[in-house]
Amino acid sequence: MEIQETTASGVTAPAAVIAGAAEEPKIRTRGCNVFYGDKQALFDVDLDIQENEVTALIGPSGCGKSTYLRCINRMNDTIDGCSVTGSIRLDGDEIIDKGIDVVLLRARVGMVFQKPNPFPKSIFENVAYGPRIHGLVSSKSELDEVVEASLRRAGLWEEVKDRLLQPGTGLSGGQQQRLCIARAIAVEPEVILMDEPCSALDPIATAKIEELIDELRQNFTIVIVTHSMQQAARVSQKTAFFHLGNLIEHGDTNKVFTNPDNEKTQDYITGRFG
Amino acid sequence: MSTDHIVKSFDEDLRKLDNIIAEMGGLAEIQLADAIDAMLKRDAEKAERVIEHDNRLDELETQLNERATELLALRQPMAEDLRAVICALKTSAVLERIGDYAKNIAKRTIALSQTAPIGPARTVARMGQLVQGMIKNVLDAYVSRDAEKAEDVRHRDEEVDALHTSLFREVLTYMMEDPRFITSGTHLLFVAKNIERIGDHTTSIARNVYVLVNGVAPEEQRTKSDASSYTVVESPTKEGTAG
Repeated sequence: MEIQETTASGVTAPAAVIAGAAEEPKIRTRGCNVFYGDKQALFDVDLDIQENEVTALIGPSGCGKSTYLRCINRMNDTIDGCSVTGSIRLDGDEIIDKGIDVVLLRARVGMVFQKPNPFPKSIFENVAYGPRIHGLVSSKSELDEVVEASLRRAGLWEEVKDRLLQPGTGLSGGQQQRLCIARAIAVEPEVILMDEPCSALDPIATAKIEELIDELRQNFTIVIVTHSMQQAARVSQKTAFFHLGNLIEHGDTNKVFTNPDNEKTQDYITGRFG
Repeated sequence: MSTDHIVKSFDEDLRKLDNIIAEMGGLAEIQLADAIDAMLKRDAEKAERVIEHDNRLDELETQLNERATELLALRQPMAEDLRAVICALKTSAVLERIGDYAKNIAKRTIALSQTAPIGPARTVARMGQLVQGMIKNVLDAYVSRDAEKAEDVRHRDEEVDALHTSLFREVLTYMMEDPRFITSGTHLLFVAKNIERIGDHTTSIARNVYVLVNGVAPEEQRTKSDASSYTVVESPTKEGTAG
């Protein structure tokens, strides 16, 4: 069953197909509008993010993809004058609700940023900080286990196991980013948001992160903003194309990149406009 | 090929292409074998089955086209990987053509089974077996990325061409000496031509493999020794007919 809705700007944005069993998607967005002061950055966004999939958000600079990403973990709260309206539900729980515990939300929804930003602490402490603060472990040995498990999952353990007490900032760019991913998954989130996680990395480091993302999606839901369409094509199962604050098209990555519905989408991915 | 890709699913995608090609190749080989066997045994039912089974080859070609397109769009393959995808696309089209030729042989077999048996059919069967071997070897070369093996197949087509040329003369002679052989002779000529074309197509798969492995086209053109197009057989004198 597919619902077509015409947004305020007159662009038809198909509501995501809800499978026959009417299963609630992991993240369900309806009528999301975002303003920076008077300037509207997102217009009536309807989007479903499915569990255990990688959804890529693509579009030219300023299209609203990062703005949308930041709605999901309420990071837009930290921006003065930014207002978000509409409905965003994580497993049925309304996120935009004033009464929601934002700290808890950000443990359920982790984030990895463009520039790797390890804490100015040891490698061990970088990963241990979150679980300790959230009270997820009750003993030192449990903490050790969580740190090792997270570093293993991030594909970093072998490279750092003999220097856990050395500063995180001493690692290479690719390693730092994997450390940030380990840090994010240590608090056992359900969703991992990634904002251009590889744009500061070389091709080999990027490939390693992409392989990691492929493994992680078995246990997490991942939403990744990327200005590289090629990366979106490689890494995701669903792709959402944003343009000037509107969601133009959303669907299977294979379809979006081989036979998109919307001409604007085709123009963007073939490099006919930026 | 060297080590695996860092992103393992990329390797899986490439393997799936190879698997479809291997399946298509195996099927094409069987189709040819069954068509020739049906011809020798004058088995119209077997021929009908060959005609039916051609659908599977068409299906596989469609599947391969879809997967290859997906791979190009989603993985942006480079160098050897890119050549592998292009090689798969070209080879699947050829294998589908080979299947069509086998189907055509089967169709002619149905007609042949209703006419007088004709000696040269055995020579045609031998041509068929030669070409069968070529298909098998070129698929082996493809899967193991063996350019030398592929080159070897390319050169074996000479023998097939030579057989075709002599077969042409032989059948013409049969038909001239006894008009009762004209129907079966004509069908047989078409069958032989189909087999000869399959041989040619197999060499183009060999060429694809060479390009895949070496990144450049092979230097010499393959020898084309099929002279049937130029063949003229003088009719016997009015009285004389060989026994």
